[in-house]
Amino acid sequence: MKKVFSRPKSLIDRQTHFCPGCTHGTAHRLVADAIDHFGVQEETIGVSGVGCAVFMYDYFAIDAIEAPHGRAPAVATGIKRVHPKKIVFTYQGDGDLASIGTAETIHTANRGENITIIFINNTVYGMTGGQMAPTTLLGQKTTTTPYGRNFRNDGYPIRMAEMLAPLEGVAYSTRVSMHNAKEVLKAKKAVRRAFQMQIEGMGLTFVELLSACHTNWRVKPLEGQKRVEEELIPYFPLGVFKERKGKDFL
Amino acid sequence: MTEKILLKGNIALAKGAIAAGCRYYFGYPITPQNDIPEYLSAELPKVGGTFIQAESEIASINMVLGASASGVRAMTSSSGPGISLMQEGMSYMAGSELPGLVVNVMRVGPGLGGIAPTQGDYFQATRGGGHGDYFNIVLAPASVQEMFDLAIKAFELSDKYRNPAMILCDAILGQMKEPVVLEETKTVIPPLKPWALTGSKGRKPQFLKTLYLSDGEQEAHNLELKEKYDRLREEDVLFEAKGLDDSEIVIVAFGTVSRIAKTAIQMAKREGIRVGMIRPITIFPFPTEVIRETAKRIPRVLVVEMNTGQMLQDVKLSIESSVKLRFYGRPGGGIPTPEDMLREIRVMFNEEGF
Repeated sequence: MKKVFSRPKSLIDRQTHFCPGCTHGTAHRLVADAIDHFGVQEETIGVSGVGCAVFMYDYFAIDAIEAPHGRAPAVATGIKRVHPKKIVFTYQGDGDLASIGTAETIHTANRGENITIIFINNTVYGMTGGQMAPTTLLGQKTTTTPYGRNFRNDGYPIRMAEMLAPLEGVAYSTRVSMHNAKEVLKAKKAVRRAFQMQIEGMGLTFVELLSACHTNWRVKPLEGQKRVEEELIPYFPLGVFKERKGKDFL
Repeated sequence: MTEKILLKGNIALAKGAIAAGCRYYFGYPITPQNDIPEYLSAELPKVGGTFIQAESEIASINMVLGASASGVRAMTSSSGPGISLMQEGMSYMAGSELPGLVVNVMRVGPGLGGIAPTQGDYFQATRGGGHGDYFNIVLAPASVQEMFDLAIKAFELSDKYRNPAMILCDAILGQMKEPVVLEETKTVIPPLKPWALTGSKGRKPQFLKTLYLSDGEQEAHNLELKEKYDRLREEDVLFEAKGLDDSEIVIVAFGTVSRIAKTAIQMAKREGIRVGMIRPITIFPFPTEVIRETAKRIPRVLVVEMNTGQMLQDVKLSIESSVKLRFYGRPGGGIPTPEDMLREIRVMFNEEGF
């Protein structure tokens, strides 16, 4: 019988700490798939943010480091400048990348560091127990917006992929989703594209993955996927916001 | 070849870093240390190095962290508020046992303060500075020559102990010019770092982290760090002692103040007062032993600093008191039990001399 599906070899064969049904596991697979696809497992250095994403080194069979909260792009900058030929990526959540680490994100992108940023947007702080994230939707109830996010008090959910796209240093900025198999396949292509462009030295590549956090959303896993489709995507549209075709920035 | 040249302190320090094999600098402008990034932005590219003016001191220290994790000698420099912003990164570096050099050309504070010479960051430098149970290796130069020499020494110690090192100096040391001998140190090759992240070719993947959640894991890690600091206190204390044999008073002073003290000592000598001096060169690890032993013989100790009394505490801690003091502690989430404390009480109670 022909084997058509297996664990990427860049992923360690072990149970994750993620909640059952969480799409972090899917996102990990997609990254590992890209690493395997380009055969760069032994050339890759991963940088994890703080939050549910922190345990990258427990799941990926690659060299990895844990960055301070929000600082992964700066840490990745240091690594990439020392190892310009290695593949360097960060894996960060929304609190990490779009709140405490906004400055590092924007300036790393603006310098056009030739790294890949994998951004998990699930509209909530997961590991700390469901507080408001910069991406929390208006009206969304979290443990720190018990009456729902109100723009007068809390501002608006931030759209990172759109915000980064106009920066000259950014080669690729896209938002994909993982709420069903079809979207996962599109997401897989996006992650591969980002790694490919890094290999080609095009500049910073950014993949935002809409993700469900049903535990902190207080819904069942399937309802979480439905919420991504019905509530997140209308505010966070899927698509490619920037894709350089050549090294026209040089 | 040993040729004497006239150099500004900040430049001597930058030259020392290059001589030590440092090829990576990340920093953000702040007075009175700007000569360091300006000089290195011109010189590092000539030796195949990298200079990045980061968006903040927070980014700077994290770039140092990333470069250091990749196996090279890396540094940053700043002052006052900038050093405060770096404390988070330095705590992570200490926790993940990463070397790296941070230069603090102090400015007065608290707050934005001014750029006049000061030693007000002694506590921040020598007490760890950031969150958690750790120390930095801290070197305090007192001349332009030492700005060069100690930059090299700081990288050596930082690599030896896999711990961040700091050069603590002030605007006088940074800005003044003095003759310096630059030894032929161009051939310094930084040590190989098998723990570094280089991609996992030919070996198992490895990682660097600071998060320890399993029971007892963090306590074990903190105790390992403590062993390192104990070893530092044992093996790498540096100080200068002068005129201790026949003096009636001992001055303890570091950095710029020790230079001024030398003049005061000469003036006192003309009045018939014999004064000696102990100048800590490493302020962590602090030269406790020499101060303790000297104070036994010469029980008059004058501490002079450009602050309201910070190193003073370390001098006080070094001098033996008549009160018996014992310590018991558990780091990293360990909680002392009543039984632990009772054991300590018994040990103390049964000690000789009570």
